[in-house]
Amino acid sequence: MPVTVRLFARLRDIVGASELERDVPANASVKTVWNELVAEFPPLGAYATSISVAVNADYARMDAQVADGDEVAFLPPVSGGSQK
Amino acid sequence: MPLSRIAVTEAPLNITALIQAVSTSPGHGAVVSFLGIVRNENLQRRVTHLEYEGYEPLAVRALNLILDEARERWPAVELGIHHRLGRLAIGESSVAIVAASAHRADAFATCRYAIERIKQIVPIWKHEFFDGGDVWIEGATADPEDEAARQTALVQARGDPTI
Repeated sequence: MPVTVRLFARLRDIVGASELERDVPANASVKTVWNELVAEFPPLGAYATSISVAVNADYARMDAQVADGDEVAFLPPVSGGSQK
Repeated sequence: MPLSRIAVTEAPLNITALIQAVSTSPGHGAVVSFLGIVRNENLQRRVTHLEYEGYEPLAVRALNLILDEARERWPAVELGIHHRLGRLAIGESSVAIVAASAHRADAFATCRYAIERIKQIVPIWKHEFFDGGDVWIEGATADPEDEAARQTALVQARGDPTI
């Protein structure tokens, strides 16, 4: 089933795109989507323990199921606001 | 149309307008405002400008969550937060926060809580450009359900000088 992958900041730089369309198995979780992405773009692997994820613009967990047409976003550590 | 209390925008921030949008009660005896400003130095690098990138729908949702959390802790305080995106020059404001209440203590605490939570959970990223290169600044792994992080922000809100 198709899902839209959204990437931000350094993750977007690594992949070279802010948005990708990918086909994943029907029972896929966010983790499935991430693992396939890391296989395709190995430098993403460095972010395995520091990313946050969102499904359809709501924070989610790696084990969340994804559905047909979902937007799955991978978020590197955030840095809004001001430095100190 | 009155200004929204929450905004993620490429337009320059207007702290005066945000104060007017947040402090609407004649019972407000204290208004605390905070501006985060792009500065010209970071980690001994000469910063030329910043670019802020955001996941807008989730950033708005996270800012609303911060308003909800603040309202739960300080029910009588009104809060507004506007965050800028895009290219910002030195001296421009990246974030504006306004907290209004009857007395100053709760307004200061709420304002401080808001900026600490923004840095923890709002999906906005800072791309720093400096003399000789550029770097993405990476802070906290965003997790609104991380209770320890939220407690840290509450302690900071009380002005603990050790944090």
